[in-house]
Amino acid sequence: MVKRVSVIDVERCVGCQACMFACTRRFGVGGTGGARIAVRSVGGIKRGFVVIVCRACPDPPCARVCPTDALTVRDGGGVVFHPDKCLGCGNCVDACPYGAVFWDDAAGKPQVCVYCGVCTQYCPYEVITLEEVPNDSG
Amino acid sequence: MTAGDPICRVLTVDLSHRRFRIDDQPELFSAGLGGTGVGIRLLEDLCPPGADPLGPENPIILAVGPLVGLYPLASKTVAMFKSPHTGNLGESHAGGRSAISIRMAGYGAIVIRGVSSQPVYLVIEDGRVRFRDASALWGLSSASTVGRVIRERESGSGYRSIMRIGPAGEKKISYAGVIVDTYRHFGRLGLGAVFGSKNLKGIVIIGNRTLPTVNPKKYRKVYDEIFHAATRSPLMKKYHELGTPMNVLPLNELGALPTRNLQQSRFAGAEEISGERLAETILGRRLACAHCPVACIHLAALRIPHPKEPYFYKTAMVGYDYEPIYALGSLLGISSPTGLLQLLEEVESQGLDAMSTGVILAWATEAFENGFISTAETDGVALAFGDYDGYIAAVRRIVTQPNEFYRAVGNGAEHAATIYGGLDFALTFGKNEMPGYHTGPGAALTFLAGARHSHLDSAGYSFDQKAAASGEVLSPDAIAERLLEEESWRQVLSSLVVCFFSRRIYTPEVVAEALSPLGIEMDAGALEKFGRAVLAKKHAFKAREGFDVEQVRIPHRILETPTPLGQIEESFIRKALMKFR
Repeated sequence: MVKRVSVIDVERCVGCQACMFACTRRFGVGGTGGARIAVRSVGGIKRGFVVIVCRACPDPPCARVCPTDALTVRDGGGVVFHPDKCLGCGNCVDACPYGAVFWDDAAGKPQVCVYCGVCTQYCPYEVITLEEVPNDSG
Repeated sequence: MTAGDPICRVLTVDLSHRRFRIDDQPELFSAGLGGTGVGIRLLEDLCPPGADPLGPENPIILAVGPLVGLYPLASKTVAMFKSPHTGNLGESHAGGRSAISIRMAGYGAIVIRGVSSQPVYLVIEDGRVRFRDASALWGLSSASTVGRVIRERESGSGYRSIMRIGPAGEKKISYAGVIVDTYRHFGRLGLGAVFGSKNLKGIVIIGNRTLPTVNPKKYRKVYDEIFHAATRSPLMKKYHELGTPMNVLPLNELGALPTRNLQQSRFAGAEEISGERLAETILGRRLACAHCPVACIHLAALRIPHPKEPYFYKTAMVGYDYEPIYALGSLLGISSPTGLLQLLEEVESQGLDAMSTGVILAWATEAFENGFISTAETDGVALAFGDYDGYIAAVRRIVTQPNEFYRAVGNGAEHAATIYGGLDFALTFGKNEMPGYHTGPGAALTFLAGARHSHLDSAGYSFDQKAAASGEVLSPDAIAERLLEEESWRQVLSSLVVCFFSRRIYTPEVVAEALSPLGIEMDAGALEKFGRAVLAKKHAFKAREGFDVEQVRIPHRILETPTPLGQIEESFIRKALMKFR
């Protein structure tokens, strides 16, 4: 079975964005520029937050619209990114209904979740967790 | 400093000519680090001596520091300006998303100069500033509506901060604040009035980027130590669970909770407005500043029935903290949580500083009771301790300013008391209204001599409470020395813009460790020396603008009402103050 990051209790999200910093820190750098997870308010923070992260779809639309097979389907769901094949067209960003394909402005290429779960280790309130992709997801 | 880190970039926006420029200022940031250290240097340079705080010559400086975006709890923006409330150094700190957004937009500091010919709000990104017409937003009755309109109109959700003023800032009430991301504030010393004087309704700052380190391995290690100290150790527990209102009951028990304009220091209704009671009955959501796992921001879900129509309700989410509970609760004799929260909601809508507003209303109530003022002055509002409806009516008038009295009140308690009487019970220090700690001489000295007249300057309230517990008796000189030492160290934290709540995590050794992977080598001794130098600069600025610690007024009321350490002696305070010359 393969893994994905799942949002299990968004009501406990306090909006600290520690997950976004953790994702970026994988590269030994600070900021949020490398994050493949996002937290933003539901139209004002008084109403709480949404957490945007790749759902590891079994038939991912982002991969379907990629003209160069730079995004290929991972066995069990989700995608694998091959930057050398990417033209930077951005179709994948438009195709994901969740907005979970992020964009690296400097490289002109997408940034997608690699399902490592580092973000979940820094969520202080157990909003997100690394779980096995269920068979019926999508 | 790490190559490629944009911390040294200073964005200067000229409102008068609608232009901006970006300068690299590495010397400024190596000398001042960031936050307070950079802010005071810029203020010294850019604010001419004797400047009119509401004139175009008064700059607004917003500064962050090198740790922002790299380490947790480095989440504050320091605002520096000349205060229209005190006529001297204006320094106010706010969290929310402000610091991260400035850093992610690629700036270490933002300076706003001049005055716009018409209402404007700014949208700031990396390398770009847009001047947005705000004339249609000018005059909106609530600061929260301003936030909502800007939020829906502008992009960058999740990667931005929105600062704005309410009607009080437009009217240049001298204690108008700037609201940051709905629930945080540049509350004190009147930055909102400075925004208003520049026709500046708000600022949106948007950004997203990575920040380099020179030693990624060490960076991750130090990060984890700080993060785990914040989340797993008991150091932050009190802020995390009940938030700052956890102070209400201990301070009341101690006899240090200012009540009914400090006629007493214990409040019979303390239990009802305590952090515990609010958490049990009305807490609706908890929030964090960006990059802070602690989440000390507490929102009450206040359900208000429609005044006329049955089966209609509004649910307001009102942020509450210790200081507003003190100023608009115990100090005004209000024990009804819903009454207190409605009053706080009104203060927030108007964009006033909750602390100053409460202290001013408390003075006005006692002046009303003693016949210094009557309904002729208050425009028909009968002020009485505990009557929150009367206070809500008065708050609206502070901003609409129907008469001379409210225009005077719009300049603070000291100003109003000088005209109408009752100076002895006007709780102001250096013209700034009192924070909620009547703990003893340490607190009083912090309020009087602290560079911002803020309880957070040197935490005398904490020394008092420790002395009350241990029985230790300190001489005036010894207290003054401790306060100066604490205030000096806090200049380091506020230059790095680390939240003061995490001061037990960010010890001198930890700060040195945290800076090293960013290419900044400063040991604990160098940091402490730096802190003393920043404080000296702030004192020099204050002296330049006419502050004299020997002339400072001690409100008589604080000498009358006993503290947990007994009656405060004026001679003790005066002697200790000599150390601050």
